[in-house]
Amino acid sequence: MNATLRHAAWVLRGNPVTLAAGLGVLALALVALLGPSLVAYDPIASNVPQALQPPSAAHWFGTDQLGRDVFSRVVVATRLDLAIAASAVTLSFAVGAVGGAFCGYAGGRLDRWVGRFVDVLMAFPLFVLAMALVAALGNRVENIIYATAIINLPFYVRFARAEVNVRRNQGWVEAARCAGNSHASVVLRFLLPNVLPAMAVQVSLNLGWAILNAAGLSFLGLGVRPPTPEWGILVAEGARFITTGKWWLVVCPGGALMFAVLCFNLLGDGLRDILDPRLRT
Amino acid sequence: MSVLLQVDDLRVAFATRHGTVEALRGVSLRLDAGETLGIVGESGSGKSVTALAMMRLLDQAGRITGGSIHFRGQDITRAGRDIMRPLRGAAMSMIFQNPRAALNPIRQVGLQIADVLRAHRPLAAREARDQALELLRAVQIRDPERRLDAYPHELSGGMSQRVMIAMAIACEPSLLIADEPTTGLDVTTQQTVMELLAEITARRGMALALITHDLGLAARYCQRIAVMEQGLLVEEAPPARLFGAPGHAYTRRLVAASPTRHSTVQSLVGAAPLPPPPPRPAGPPLLMVTRLGKSFGPGAPAVDDVSFSLSAGESLGLVGESGSGKSTISRLICRLLDQDAGGIKLDGEEIGLVPAARFHRHAKRRDIQLVFQDAGESLNPRFTAAESIADPLRNLLGLRDRAELRRRAAEFAARCGLEAALLDRFPHQLSGGQRARVGIARAIAAGPRLLVLDEPTAALDVSVQAVVLHLLDQLRRETGLAFLFVSHDLNVVRMMCERTMVLQGGRVVEEGHSAQVFAAPQAPYTAALLAAIPHFEPVA
Repeated sequence: MNATLRHAAWVLRGNPVTLAAGLGVLALALVALLGPSLVAYDPIASNVPQALQPPSAAHWFGTDQLGRDVFSRVVVATRLDLAIAASAVTLSFAVGAVGGAFCGYAGGRLDRWVGRFVDVLMAFPLFVLAMALVAALGNRVENIIYATAIINLPFYVRFARAEVNVRRNQGWVEAARCAGNSHASVVLRFLLPNVLPAMAVQVSLNLGWAILNAAGLSFLGLGVRPPTPEWGILVAEGARFITTGKWWLVVCPGGALMFAVLCFNLLGDGLRDILDPRLRT
Repeated sequence: MSVLLQVDDLRVAFATRHGTVEALRGVSLRLDAGETLGIVGESGSGKSVTALAMMRLLDQAGRITGGSIHFRGQDITRAGRDIMRPLRGAAMSMIFQNPRAALNPIRQVGLQIADVLRAHRPLAAREARDQALELLRAVQIRDPERRLDAYPHELSGGMSQRVMIAMAIACEPSLLIADEPTTGLDVTTQQTVMELLAEITARRGMALALITHDLGLAARYCQRIAVMEQGLLVEEAPPARLFGAPGHAYTRRLVAASPTRHSTVQSLVGAAPLPPPPPRPAGPPLLMVTRLGKSFGPGAPAVDDVSFSLSAGESLGLVGESGSGKSTISRLICRLLDQDAGGIKLDGEEIGLVPAARFHRHAKRRDIQLVFQDAGESLNPRFTAAESIADPLRNLLGLRDRAELRRRAAEFAARCGLEAALLDRFPHQLSGGQRARVGIARAIAAGPRLLVLDEPTAALDVSVQAVVLHLLDQLRRETGLAFLFVSHDLNVVRMMCERTMVLQGGRVVEEGHSAQVFAAPQAPYTAALLAAIPHFEPVA
């Protein structure tokens, strides 16, 4: 563990962007965890006399058409947005990595069929597919998660399959079979752990994408419904006022969204360097 | 003769994350025009760094911290790109170890040779092509007109190296640096490539710096040999004196560890000679292989009608060049591959009928274990040494108790000479020799009766190879394991095995007692293989 930390410190020292992104993700996680207790105003209660105030010392991000504090709403929304993204990515990662790894190891007919199915899935415009799924399954948070997970799935299946495919004929896989490991054990105990560092990069990039996706669905009125604070909804509601110069209603939640996506994307690369044991000497 | 290259007290340091590492710590050497100098040493001795420093091709992290390099009287120690560029390729050129990796995979070799020519001379494309063809003729490639338009992947290893040589000599340099030019090639190919190199350098009056780990090769082709150890040049002498009366202790160890036609496993490590293992009581054979056949796709089969048997405790050597089918046979017997024809009987039980995909559950799985060619590549990068050794115990003996697994792993590690402190390290934190020990410990952990060794020492330095061979020999004497020893190195097989089988193109061309096969080979192919091994003969 100590060696891992030392190695991480070494990677981060030469890579300040990753460090900044890591700190950003950490901050986001804290905000998500502590969200409601960090803010001074109730994010849902309206206060019409204070409607549409520009940013001030009392209301850092201004107020919206019902007088709600935008800063409180943006902060409280973090938890929901990150939760949706994290659950969706976890789900598609778990299913995709294991399924893809088995396909890559087994090869043959199973691999071909799964490969074609994934190709078909990827041929759809993915966001439209997600919209269709949410519309069909019903307008609920868990359905956003499933839809986001399904449209992310092809990337994980393909990635795991390709990574396992290049390793399946390596000496240590043959050695594992000589040592009496079953095929499941070869995949789960040998191949998957070796593929994970490369996949961690994918996970990090994907988290950013999943946040955008969830926000995008809500923006279109699918999934999370007002008055629940959620970045996509905040942007959608604010968009109505942008022509009248009430910019803070869009820029503030939009900025939060951008910050989150940027942090996860930048973290990706540094993560691979930290997690791969072979890069340690 | 005039001095071509003069290196004085050269020091090179590399900046790494753990501080500066001194790769060369004061190396001085001289190379006269037309002379052949051998630079020998084991991995990490600094021979490749010396070559790269002479060409001024060290990468960014490497820096010349002291000393000087003079080429044709000119100080090039700190010469800039404008001075080095006209020299490289034209006055000094280099041949690399892996010709496939050194050639551009998406460009025809004729064009690549022409690139070298046109970098230094104003030539039209047509003229460059004609000269490239001439060069391919000079390196004796068959059918040079057609090879001109070939891509590197269409050429064999030996042919690729000839193309590299053609590129290196294209501009008639006065100095040729060859860094392990034949490592990875078969002995017979090595012989033709080296003969070609020697002939070309002699005819064109080029000086050759031959960097190699193979003392025999250096002895055969060099006028002087420099021995390097850990960034220092410890000894320099003509081959006869160097091998006859090595002056430095390291040279003596290196010479002793290099297998020759007279050495034994014990003499390699300087141990007292042991009598051959006592003859075993005759019994039913442990392994019976009958008419084994395997092909991958259309074309000549990889293994064709191979039969042999092996008794308990016996050691059988399988030798042959690349493509002879020896690795395929070892995979078939280990049940990692399914054969197309023939049977494999272990202890009278037909295991050839069990599909390889299901053999991991078979009771005989623990009886046959494999030691891999590249120990580093055969260890799971995410397992520690202890976990790797414990893995077969877990699966084949059904042990689950962590403490017990750990204790047994430590026991087998100790048996293979691996210190307990190394058990928690990952493969990349171990040296080549230590990885080899982990690989052997893992193979014997489940208590097999047959150990298939697929070139177990091919990736190791000679001194490490000597120790590993000694360990294997000891194991066999103590446990009565049977060995199926696959190797391309005939000297190693002669020392390790009682019987030897020679393979060519998937067929057995000769089989017999090792002493007999090596003293009086019956098949012409065996004789050719034996003749191709470069030897050094101690004079004293």
